[in-house]
Amino acid sequence: MISDPPIFNSSPVLEGTDEDQLLRVSLGPQHPSTHGVFRMNVELDGETVVKLKPVFGYLHRNHEKIAETTGYLGSMPYTDRLDYICPLSNNWAYALSVEKLAGIEVPERAQHMRVILAELTRLVNHTAFMGFILADMGAWGSALMYAFREREKILDLFEDLTGARMMANFMRFGGCRNDFPDGWDARLRTLIDHYPHFLDEMEEFLLGNEILLARTRDVGALPKESLINGGVTGPMLRAAGVNHDLRKADPYGIYDRFSFRIPLGEVGDCYDRIMIRFLEMRESLGILKQAAAALPGGDFVNPKIKIRNFKPPVGESYARVEGPKGELGFYLVSDGGPNPYRYRVRPPSFINLTLLEDMCLGLDLADVVIILGSIDIVLGEVDR
Amino acid sequence: MSADPAVVLESLRAAIVGLRADLRRNPGPAAQHSILVDPDHLLPVMRHLRDHCGFDLLTNLAGIDWPDPKLADAVAVPDDAGDAAVRAAGGFLEVVYHLDSTKTRGAPLVLRARTADRSDQVSIPSVVGVFRSAEFQERELFDLFGIHFTGHPDLRRILMWDAFEDHPMRKDYVAPDDYEYEPTPHGDVLEKARKHDPPKP
Repeated sequence: MISDPPIFNSSPVLEGTDEDQLLRVSLGPQHPSTHGVFRMNVELDGETVVKLKPVFGYLHRNHEKIAETTGYLGSMPYTDRLDYICPLSNNWAYALSVEKLAGIEVPERAQHMRVILAELTRLVNHTAFMGFILADMGAWGSALMYAFREREKILDLFEDLTGARMMANFMRFGGCRNDFPDGWDARLRTLIDHYPHFLDEMEEFLLGNEILLARTRDVGALPKESLINGGVTGPMLRAAGVNHDLRKADPYGIYDRFSFRIPLGEVGDCYDRIMIRFLEMRESLGILKQAAAALPGGDFVNPKIKIRNFKPPVGESYARVEGPKGELGFYLVSDGGPNPYRYRVRPPSFINLTLLEDMCLGLDLADVVIILGSIDIVLGEVDR
Repeated sequence: MSADPAVVLESLRAAIVGLRADLRRNPGPAAQHSILVDPDHLLPVMRHLRDHCGFDLLTNLAGIDWPDPKLADAVAVPDDAGDAAVRAAGGFLEVVYHLDSTKTRGAPLVLRARTADRSDQVSIPSVVGVFRSAEFQERELFDLFGIHFTGHPDLRRILMWDAFEDHPMRKDYVAPDDYEYEPTPHGDVLEKARKHDPPKP
């Protein structure tokens, strides 16, 4: 028997606190550690957080409504702007949902290309995360620059492939927009071979660092039952030891052909959340190696796909991918017309914020910044 | 338990006396069928799924505005067509729930619940007491669709600002002519604004 989740605000003020003495702080929206325009209304008893209410919507442009007013393909470039750190995962999730809605087959080569790009995106995201979280801890500058140096190498590959460093707009229904350019595979292999050096360097830099340990150990951990109940997905959930990765739990694309492991944490504190991402990057490199070796020839897009006057049959579909931040899903309803009748994004960043207050209660204000950093949000996706 | 809605519905019928729920067929190639649950039974259904069927993760809530109930039945096809005529002609709002399990593999289970109409009877019981993950998502549906979740502990707008009055995801929502309306508009903007929004007495 599972018990109901605790109703929040059950103890808005810690025992023995005079409510008049509370200090109310508005953290953000313009604050370097909020990863965008994000605000938290925090109530403090001394340094201790007794209440925290996130406020967002500063970047809201009603992405879902706009997608309902344009054709299916017209939303593809717009999905890049959801989680702008990892646009190719967003592309894939959306393409997957439309392919499910219309029953489109994807050729072998395109499937391999998609896996390669999605795993490179995971590397980009987790690498950037390392820089951001260290900057949140006060290691301002150097750590971020080390991380961005490596991230830029992958973005160079993306630029050669898609024409843009970040706004890729690369996936199409039934495949990808274009093939790998000449010499791209060789550069990819060089990158895969060199990336572990960076990971070793970064891990050495971090693992025994006293400041990192002091700031992250036993900070922000919650029992795994609460995390599952709160809808937390992705590295956040796996850091607490829950074996739930959609690449294994609900395999999409061709992930069932590759051998890789799902790294799991134990405690689920911020330290585990950082380390889990290191391990995931190493597994991603393994998948990349296998996918690059198995890359077949053939079409990069299904040649039978209809580009003009594309109208999926009446119905609905929900498809999801294991994005770098968690379960990224697209729910589409078609009424048989050229535009989606309903287009819904399941944003992992947004839903992972549900338990932010629970993680922060009773901790110091300085820990809030680390916890928020460890959730790894992107406001383009939270606010949509 | 597998996410096959027919099997799940059997289990629900056995557990909840007098359950009003039926299977809805998805006519598209995705073939993800769903279960339409009467809002009165939504909470017992969610509890049963969580405690006895292993669906411990409510991943996604999606709202849909159906001004035309016939279209809703075309997307989620009922077994007997007679049911459609019972629906109010004015349409309704719908919430689609995707339930997942961290213990078993496979696609999520799809549940749906519908309000009585689109104007004043727009309430659905909140499932926050069963799944915390619904907290922000129900606020979002309240904000953008105007679905009232009874029993939600903190039902406020979440993406639009608090003073905003309409529900932008409704199909009949009309976007304002000028998003950056200032007290001193001029030229075309003033003309358009006057035409659409006559000055209040």
